[in-house]
Amino acid sequence: MLEIHLILLFMIAAAIIAVEVRDMLSSVVAVGAVGIGLSLAFLVLKAPDLAIMQLVVEILSLIILVRATSHRDLPFSASGRWVFNTVSTISFILIFLVCAYISLLNLPVFGEPQLRELSKFYIDEARTLTGAENIVESIALRFRAYDSLGEATAIVVATIGVLAIARRVSIKGKADDER
Amino acid sequence: MSIYILCLILFSVGLYCVLRKRNLIKIIIGIGIMEYAANLFFILIGYRQEGRAPIYAHDQVINNMVDPLPQAVVLTSIVLGLALMLLLVAISIRIYEKYRTFDITKINRLKG
Amino acid sequence: MMNDNDRSGMTLIVKTVTRLTLGFILIYGIYIGMIGHSSPGGGFAGGVIIALSLVHIMLAFGRDTALRRIHRGMLRVLTGLGALVFLYIVLCNPNAALGRIALPICEMLIVGAGLFAIFVALVLLSKGHRDSE
Repeated sequence: MLEIHLILLFMIAAAIIAVEVRDMLSSVVAVGAVGIGLSLAFLVLKAPDLAIMQLVVEILSLIILVRATSHRDLPFSASGRWVFNTVSTISFILIFLVCAYISLLNLPVFGEPQLRELSKFYIDEARTLTGAENIVESIALRFRAYDSLGEATAIVVATIGVLAIARRVSIKGKADDER
Repeated sequence: MSIYILCLILFSVGLYCVLRKRNLIKIIIGIGIMEYAANLFFILIGYRQEGRAPIYAHDQVINNMVDPLPQAVVLTSIVLGLALMLLLVAISIRIYEKYRTFDITKINRLKG
Repeated sequence: MMNDNDRSGMTLIVKTVTRLTLGFILIYGIYIGMIGHSSPGGGFAGGVIIALSLVHIMLAFGRDTALRRIHRGMLRVLTGLGALVFLYIVLCNPNAALGRIALPICEMLIVGAGLFAIFVALVLLSKGHRDSE
């Protein structure tokens, strides 16, 4: 599995660039590189649905982030307790990594998953029970339709939330973006 | 095993960004990187060596499919991540309009 | 169709290419959305592609031209309609064949219209900020 290692190294490099570069537009574009790398990784890991999804979602979020960050300044202030902040952050991350490594030892080896009862049921019965050839879609829309309902609810709530935040109300209490 | 560790390092880069940076847009970027790493970790757990994509073919029997359940869960997670990011961007544009800055320490100072 | 004489938006090349490719992008989004049960794809990915094609119009032709042709009230009505039909199908489960056809369409309506409404709201928010400066 050399290619997945290479893609992950590319993603880590792009993420470090995105975190550390000072120009905001370059930072956003580097995040786009991380997302495209993730889409490639999904494709290599045999998840074509997720690859399509990640690609289109990445493009949309990239457009919105660029529109949000263009024409704005980037405040860079390194004053304050620089040493204390950095040391505490890095020590927290080290503690997190050690704990995560201990829990990683209990996971199955990469490439040999222990299929649960549920996954075996989905793989064996999805075609006869739902008539769909794509198992992921049959899980998302048939077996677990309540999950998709929650997902759709989240999108609607996000729409309502953004429309409420972006609404301009004048002093008289009349919204003036309605035409 | 080394792939899991690389994925954890990617997560830590996002965590460092969220904890250390003071710019609101950088914090949103850090949250996005953490979300990417978490999604990738799910798919890595479900992957099987020399596996096939979980799609039936018309004329052959496929025995070595990868685990379809994490893929269906991550499909939901990607959409939720997009909704989260849109809300964060809207709120941070509002904050910029009010305080004229993305710096969280100055926002804190100007309050009240 | 939209006229090129507007000064808003991008150059003539971008506008012409947009007008030529817009229909293909829309049809591709609908295809990705409806093919989900037998091939990679799905309603949400198709909806995001539809929203991207609308965003494409808005970026190429400028804000005012696009908003003259797309009514924002209609976007909200479409999002709500898709959400209600989705809720009805999931909770009442009237018919399996209906669900297979109608669920991806509802997803495409919710995601396409909702995400484009969010994009329009964010652009208008930025514009108001820039005007007030």
